[in-house]
Amino acid sequence: MDFRYDRQTRLKDFGPDGQDKLTKAMVLVVGLGGLGLPVVQYLNAMGVGTLGLMDQDVVELHNLQRQVLYSEKDLGQSKLEVAHEKLQAQNSQTIFEIYDTFLTKENALGIISEYDVVVDATDNFPTRYLINDACVILNKPFVYGALHGFEGHVSVFNYQGGPTYRCLYPNMPTAEEIPDCNDNGVLGVIPGVIGTLQALEAVKLVAGIGEVLSGKLLIYDGLSQQMSTFNFKTNPVNKEINALQEFYETPHCEVIPEISANAYWQFRNLETEHILIDVRTVAEFEANHLSNAINIPLNQLDPKQLDFTLNDMIYVICQSGKRSAQAVKQLQSDYPNIQFYSILGGMNQMMALSHNP
Amino acid sequence: MTILLFGITKDIVGSSTLSVPTASATGRKIPKTVKELKEFLGETYPELNKLSSLAVAVNNAYAQDETSIDAYDEIALIPPVSGG
Repeated sequence: MDFRYDRQTRLKDFGPDGQDKLTKAMVLVVGLGGLGLPVVQYLNAMGVGTLGLMDQDVVELHNLQRQVLYSEKDLGQSKLEVAHEKLQAQNSQTIFEIYDTFLTKENALGIISEYDVVVDATDNFPTRYLINDACVILNKPFVYGALHGFEGHVSVFNYQGGPTYRCLYPNMPTAEEIPDCNDNGVLGVIPGVIGTLQALEAVKLVAGIGEVLSGKLLIYDGLSQQMSTFNFKTNPVNKEINALQEFYETPHCEVIPEISANAYWQFRNLETEHILIDVRTVAEFEANHLSNAINIPLNQLDPKQLDFTLNDMIYVICQSGKRSAQAVKQLQSDYPNIQFYSILGGMNQMMALSHNP
Repeated sequence: MTILLFGITKDIVGSSTLSVPTASATGRKIPKTVKELKEFLGETYPELNKLSSLAVAVNNAYAQDETSIDAYDEIALIPPVSGG
């Protein structure tokens, strides 16, 4: 046995057998943020044979207070690349599989089927429900961790017939109910505590030691240093998932400013000067468009080419309101000081109003 | 009865615990089930009514709406949390 792992193989209840199981294990960690980093650092240090790393974000300044693997020189770099490089230097024996993507309905089953265990280190409900459903379908256990302010939750779902995330929370809450990632704030050290507990559960699960947190939700309160554990049971309905849902809403933390077609119609009638961008294709635009509209198809929307001033009022339209919402999201992040509105229902609604105002 | 608050329920109430009077000194109906407790709390803290997905534990075990509660029970409100 490798001397490298001597201090843990000495443990009577872990031993060479435990190490052997870690070496053979394949663990997928979804998310390389506050929770995911301590998970991958410890699993890598301890000798998990294959680690799947998945993230598509870049390192941003506001990440550094809690995502302690990243340095100032990594700003703007891909989290996946930075983490991969540092983890390779930490343990050259580990096999890394890297996924430069978010987990989606399309790729979830294919990727997760390759692994023994999934660690949910994400920061949003849609991905958590997607991981849950994919793991139930594929019969894989997953180690859950989530944060709220000074508090963190940990559990192991779908382990040896045990309960799932939906046994605690059957349906996804709406975006308005629970503030997420960027809105609510998190004290830097809390994800370190929770991610480390997740790493411990993953190791216990793989090595078959101790009592895995299955059927138990552990809540850690950093302010009082108290841990509470709550028991819950399997609801058989939640084990009967045979296919992923058609939609898991796309993860987003911002609300897209929208205006109803009716309100925009009235606004137009006031003849106030404003900019209207139509993001449909050239062909769609040529078929019909509103009089003052400027056509910039969504796939050609290059914010650097646009010139807005602070007082501009900018409305964005498409056929149904979907592409315009996407365009507003894109524009808003490039021009945070300018107010953009996506017109709900798009040209479909505007045409209906022009016939029946 | 004592109610432990977690996640956003703690933020809504502004405290980590809450005490519900067990004698009807206030003239209000005393909650006898989890569902009645949710309604009782929702009257004082309407923001709680917005939570469509709220787990409630009675004596450290996940409870259903119809689970009955009494003065000696320790109750926890555990909404989902999503940060990472």
